[in-house]
Parts: sequence; C-alpha cells; structure tokens
Amino acid sequence: MASFGSVLLALAFVAALAAGGLALCGRNGDRRRVELSRRVVYAFCGLLTACVVIIEVAFASNDFGFKIVQEHSSIETPAFYKLAAMWSSQEGSLLLWAWVLSIASSVALWATRDKLREIVPYATAVMMGVAAFFTGLMLFAPDVQPFATLSPAPSDGIGLNPLLQHPSMMIHPPMLYSGYVAMTVPFAFAIGALITRRLDAEWIRSTRRFALVAWTFLGFGLLLGARWSYTELGWGGYWAWDPVENAALMPWLVSTAFLHSIMVQEKRGMLKVWNACLVVGSFSMALLGTFLVRSGVLQSIHAFGDNTVGPYILALIGIVVIGSTLLIVSRLDDLRSPKRIDSLVSREAVFLVNNLLLIGLTAVIFWGTFFPLISELFTGNKASLAAPWFDRYTTPLAILLVLFTGIGPLLAWRRVSWESARRVFRVPVAVGLVAALALAIFTDAAHRPWALALFAFAAFALTGLAQEFWTGAAARRRLTGESTPAALVGLVSRNRRRYGGYIVHAGVAVLLIGIAASSSFQTNRNIDLKPGQSTTIDGYEVTYARPTASVDKLAFTAGAVLRVVKGGEEFNLHPTRNFYRQTGEAGNGSISNYFGGESDSNIGLEAGLARDFWTAVQPNITGIEAAARRADEGFKACVAGGPGTPPQCKAVGAMMRAALANPKLRPVALAQIEKLQEATAQRIARGYLAGNSAATFKVIVNPLVTWMWIGGLIALAGALIAIWPVRSRRRGALVRTEADARKEAKYREIRDAELDHAAGKLSDDDFALVDAELRREALEILNAGNGKPMPSEANGHATNGADGNGAEPHTPEKVEQS
Amino acid sequence: MDPQRKRKIRLVVALSVAVLLSVALIYTSFAASTEAKQPSELIGAAPGTSYEMTGKVVKGSIRHHGNGIAFKVVDRDEKGQSLPVTYHGTVPDPFRGGREIVLTGQVQNGTFVGEAETLITKCPSKFTTKNG
Repeated sequence: MASFGSVLLALAFVAALAAGGLALCGRNGDRRRVELSRRVVYAFCGLLTACVVIIEVAFASNDFGFKIVQEHSSIETPAFYKLAAMWSSQEGSLLLWAWVLSIASSVALWATRDKLREIVPYATAVMMGVAAFFTGLMLFAPDVQPFATLSPAPSDGIGLNPLLQHPSMMIHPPMLYSGYVAMTVPFAFAIGALITRRLDAEWIRSTRRFALVAWTFLGFGLLLGARWSYTELGWGGYWAWDPVENAALMPWLVSTAFLHSIMVQEKRGMLKVWNACLVVGSFSMALLGTFLVRSGVLQSIHAFGDNTVGPYILALIGIVVIGSTLLIVSRLDDLRSPKRIDSLVSREAVFLVNNLLLIGLTAVIFWGTFFPLISELFTGNKASLAAPWFDRYTTPLAILLVLFTGIGPLLAWRRVSWESARRVFRVPVAVGLVAALALAIFTDAAHRPWALALFAFAAFALTGLAQEFWTGAAARRRLTGESTPAALVGLVSRNRRRYGGYIVHAGVAVLLIGIAASSSFQTNRNIDLKPGQSTTIDGYEVTYARPTASVDKLAFTAGAVLRVVKGGEEFNLHPTRNFYRQTGEAGNGSISNYFGGESDSNIGLEAGLARDFWTAVQPNITGIEAAARRADEGFKACVAGGPGTPPQCKAVGAMMRAALANPKLRPVALAQIEKLQEATAQRIARGYLAGNSAATFKVIVNPLVTWMWIGGLIALAGALIAIWPVRSRRRGALVRTEADARKEAKYREIRDAELDHAAGKLSDDDFALVDAELRREALEILNAGNGKPMPSEANGHATNGADGNGAEPHTPEKVEQS
Repeated sequence: MDPQRKRKIRLVVALSVAVLLSVALIYTSFAASTEAKQPSELIGAAPGTSYEMTGKVVKGSIRHHGNGIAFKVVDRDEKGQSLPVTYHGTVPDPFRGGREIVLTGQVQNGTFVGEAETLITKCPSKFTTKNG
C-alpha cells in the first residue's frame, strides 16, 4: 500500500505541474486548455485525497510498517486519536497542507468557472505552483516522506503523546492549517489580477469569501488553542506571546485589515495598492507561520524538532515577497485611484484608521517575535522579549481598535453630517460614559485605567451595534409589517454580509472584555496545603479535604479534593495529576517508570459567567518515588534470589529464571509480574493517601473569563452568517457574468446608502448627493454592459427598498423618511 | 489651503508619528529584553543580572524540596558542564528530565535561581521524531 501511495503522490505532483502549465498555455483565451487545467486540478485533489485515505487506513488498522504510523500511534491509542495522529507528524502535516490546498483550489476554480476569464489561468498557475512545492517537498526532501516504510514492521508503535490526546488538539491544527491554506486563493487571484492589469474589484468579489473563510478558520483555530491551553496545560493561561501563537495571530490580523479595506475598494475603487500589499502580506504571514512551526529558529514552547524543510519554505517566502513586490511596483500606475476620501468622518476613513491600527499591531508582534534574531544580528546576543513588553504595546492598540469598531458601523460611507452623527452617536456615547462611571464608582476598575477604558469603549461599541440592529429592524418592520423578531431575522438573513460582520464585531468586543477582565483582575496564587488545612483566596475559603490516588495500567494518578466556600456558594473540585508510564516498558518490572514518563494535569474548574475558579495540583511525590524505588530494589533482590529473601519472593524469582530459559513460559510470567506490579503500585497509592503529605495548589480566580469563549463563539457565528452564500432573489440566477456582478455591487451600494438614510446616518442632503452620484455610476455600468434599466427616477429616492438583499432595489417597498 | 498641500502635510505628520513610534518600539525592546544564555555560558556569571536560560534538564537530577525543585541543566547539545538550578512555583505539565526548558532568573553562588512563573517547558508535541 505504501508504494502505491508513493506513486499516487508522484502522480499528484505531476498533475499540479501539468495543471499550472496548461493554465498558462491557455492564458491568451484558449478556453479548452483552461477548462482542461481545471479538470486536472480536480484530479490533483482526487489523488491527494487517496493519499490521505491510505494513510488514515494505515493508522486505523495499526499498520506499523508505515513509519508515520509507528512513530505517532500505537495499539493502545484510542481510535479517535489514531485518525488525528496523522497531523501530529511533520510529513502528515505537510500532506494535510497540500490536501487542503487542493480542495480550496478546486472549490475556487469551480466557483469562478464562468468568471474572471483573464485572471483564472494565472491564479491556477500560482495555486498549483504552491501545491507542487508542498507535494514536491514530500517527494524529494529528506525525512518527510509520508509513505516511508519500516521493514520488518514493528509489532507496536510509539504512541501519541498523552498531552495531545484532547479533543481540541484534534481540531486545532487542521483549523489553523485550513486558515493558512485558504489564504492562498485570494493571493493567487490578486497575482492574476496584477499580471493582467484587471485591477477593479472583480477579483475581490470572487475571492472575498475565501479570505473570510481563511480568517474564520484561523480565528477559530486560535480560540481552540487558547481553550486547550487554559483547560489542559495546568498553567491556567490562554496566551503567552509565544512565537508559534504569534505566527498564527499575525496573518489573522493582516487578513482582518484586508477584509475591511477591500470593502473600500469595492465601494469606492480606492486603496488598491494597499489591498494588493495586504493580500501579499496575509499570504506571506501564513507561510511564515508554516515556516516558524517547522524551523526551530526561534525558541518556542511548541518545540517542533529542528528539521529539513525550513530552508525550502523560507525560499518560497522569499520568492513570494520579492516577486509580489516587483509586480506591485510595476503596476503602480494601474493601481492609482482618481478618488480621494471625501471626509475624515466617513466609514472609509474609519476603515483606514482601523487598518493602520491592525497593521501597527502586526508590526509590534512581528518585531517582538523576531527580536531574538534581530538582537543577535546587532548585539550578538539572542535576547528575547517577554509578555509585559508585548502587553505594553498591544493593550492600547487593542483598546483603540475596540473604539473604532464601535465608530465604524455608525458612520455612513462617503460623508456624514454633524447633525446625523449626533443623532446616531447620542445613545452609544451616553451608555459608554455611564458604564465607565458606574464601573469606576462601584468596582475597583478605576485602578486599571486601561481595562476601564476598554470596558467603556466596548459598552459604546456594543450599544452602537445594538442600535444598528434596532433601527434596521424598525425600518424593516415598517416596510413589511412583521413582528420585531421576524423583522430582525429577515434583516440579518437579507443582509448577511453586513449584519454577520456586526455580529463578529459584537463577539470580538465581548471577547476583549473577557481578556481585559481576566488579565487585569485575576487572583493567581500558589499555596501549600496539607490535608485538612484551609486558606482564604479572594474571599473563597479553600480547604484541602482529602488526597486521592489511583493506579491503572497506563498511569499513576494522584490528586486532591478541594472544598471551596464563599458566602452561600459551595463546591468541590477534584484536580489530579497523571504520571504516565513510559510506553513499551510495562513488563520490565520497574514501578519507577510510572514517574519517568509524561505527566499531565486534570484541572479542577468551576466555571461561571461572573468568574472561573481554576485549580491545578502538584502533589508532593517524593514519598511515592522513594517507595517505588524501594519496591524496584526489592523486586531485583527477589529475582536475584539471594540469601534471606521471603518465600513468596522466591517463587517469583524462580518463575522469572524459568521464563528466561523457556520462552513458552514468558507470557505467564509477564502476566504474573504485571499483577504483582499493579498490587505494589496500589500499595504505594494507599501509602500516599495515609501519608498526609502536602501538595502545592495553583489557584486562579479569573473574573469574566467565560465571556472570552462566549465572545469567540458569537464571532464565529457572525462569520458563518457572513460566509453563507446569498442566493439572488431571482431564483437560481446566481450572478454569472462580470457585468452582472458589477451591476449587483452598485445596486448593493445604492441600497446601503438607502439603509443608512433610513437609519438616520445620512442626512437628506448628503443622501441626495450620494444617491445621485451612485445612480450616475450605475447608469454608466448599464450603458457599458447594456443590461437592465435602473429603477426609474420617477419613483423617487425615498421610495426605493431599504432592505438590501441579493437583487436590485425594488420599488414597492416604501421607507418612511426618518 | 489647496488640497495637494493639505495631503502632503497629512502625509508628513503621519510618517513622523510612525517613525517616532517605531523608535520607541526599538528602544524599549532593546531595554526590556532579557539576554538568552546557555547553561555553560552561565557558569561563573556575575550575580545581579537576569538571564533567560535555555537548556536541557539532566535526566534523574530532579529533586523536590517542599514546593520547590532543584535540578541540573546542560546545553542543548548536551556537551559541557551542567548548571544547578532551583525553582519555586508550579511546574508545567511537560516538565521532566531530558526536556528542553526556558527559565528566567539570576545566578547566585553558582546556582541559577529561577523566577517563579517563568519556567517554560517545551511541548513535546508535534513533529518530534521520538517520543521524548
């Protein structure tokens, strides 16, 4: 099977090259070749899928002839984790990269099969070039061949590290990977657009959704990683500014900037150079993330072995950055926009500010992450920066971001009159101020000005968003006569992109509240307690009720029952620590090997909306280890059978010697020894329970931290709403041609202006100006494309539909003037 | 003011702010950073300076003292002399002999005294070819 897999992989490599080559041959309008290249991409995807299936079958069937299976799985690995063990290996993760890319490329090319005729060939070539690179790595680079075999096949594997056996660890890596990989699609189409000088918003409209998908995957991957760290690592934190974490955060930040600034290009035709730079930046950052995890150039808690593929990926990054920069510079004249931002008080101006903040944040993180290399370059010392340095810069930037997240949605595109600004800002600003005052008076938030500012800005932003939903729903209710909830649902489902985005904003604001509260106001203590002793932490009376201990074949588990009381609140927590046996050595007669292997914590967590009570235990195992060593020595003495050994011992020793001489007796002897070992370990466990020995507890009282996870999930839901494809109201008539797409976009812009007008964000005068301009532009498109006529001017501006959706503005839906 | 001139002024202001901020960033990063050293470089180091030490825990050297631990570390390539280390506070899950750790602290009387909560043990997680 392995050699068959290698053949499939080689075929996939050839297919990727062929698809790219064919697409380039068809760049001058040879549709047949381009069509064929698309089919070859599908075939490439099929071949890689087959490779993945072969590997997964090998994992599922314990085929230890596969090197990858032997090194990352074992007979005892639970079935669920066997399937996920593929991407805990270097070669498996490369295969995953290539496979996800093949899927993303196929979907992207399918979605654009009738569009972007000039751009698609180049985009295909770029995507397949990257695909061929990763497939080629698996074929030609040393030590990363997924189909490498072991001969003869070992009887068991090494197994998957118990720390990784956690559900979120199974989803977290593929999420991040999919995020990194999906970034390739907008990048490829941007390069195609630059080469062909087709630099209007077409390529953005067709690939925007991929950027959003990539963004969502990355964000969700980050959230899962944080959750895993918080609940699994016995550390209690969720972020450490570790290089590998930063490597995933940076592309996420840059793509956040990209998702915002492409709206400015779509609506106003501006910021084209900036967008081209951002898409190149997002993709380079994604590659950099892939590189950092694999190169070992930076010290990270995620210690991924130093290995061979780092330099190749670095070379790819170099090619991408240098090539794209040259391309952008050579197209500067085509990228210039004649338009300027009309007013600093407009949505596009806020988007620009938010972009600068996001890029500033990325620059800070980039500098901090690579500082060890920078400092080595200048001072010869690999000095590094710790969390406080990162916090100093990221905190104010994040707070400003929340402020602008609140301001942006309240402003209309193009221009805002002071009068309408006052109208929409009145309530949110008031709520923000009241929140700040109330928090300063009734809580100790005033001691932490940064946190207080963040809470106030978040209150402002959330109120602004709520107001958006409210005015939108009210306008729709007046139109349709629906009930308020129905109007709200209709509003969101008809304007998924806009309101999905608002939901993301709300989620991020909530998430940042959770981060600010839990990092500024947490109580974090290490305490030593003996069974029966108590102490008070942050008003909670914590009592070490009793120790616990248990033994099974895999692990020795020592823990504690903690009784926690505060006011009327009372709960028990049961943190434990598992000491895993070293695998493959269960039968060598040593008890100490329980304590030579991995160990991990099961935390005790009482989660709540107001606060989490988090605890992990570090049992003092000095006594246990000593007992284990004594048992081992006793066992050795037994086997040696020297003078004075007890009679039951003599029997064991005799059996061991007999088993050594006669292999047939070995299984019986081993079973006996295992039984004896387990009994001994049980005895040691009982000794620990009776021993009354102290344990160290790490206790964290974390206020509002649950809102971090809730906020993350809200943002995820918003992103999914925004991603969900919108069908045109004309049933089945998905937008096909470019002229159609341009027309749709302009219609959407007109509807947006109408919605803003109806919601009171645009004054009557401003609306008249903007609307007239938009209609003129729409007519230009129509005349050029000879499409359907616009709704007639006689219907008047105010009578056009205010509920934006997939079709042109409809006249029968009346909006009252606000 | 004519718009051309206005834009130029805006650009200059924006660029100077960016330059000022990056100078601050660069300055503070050099001031706030902790020097990274290998254990062999720290033997005989002067007391009073904080270092970020990266090394490998010597197998079998870990001893518990109350809520603290004492152990020895060597350079990553496992050559050279070992350095005794003491550390108080909770120990990360993956900590054990043979693992690489990063710890911030100072040298006192030939022993590296780690600051609480700064012990980082590298995840044995992905892409390791051997389990350990």
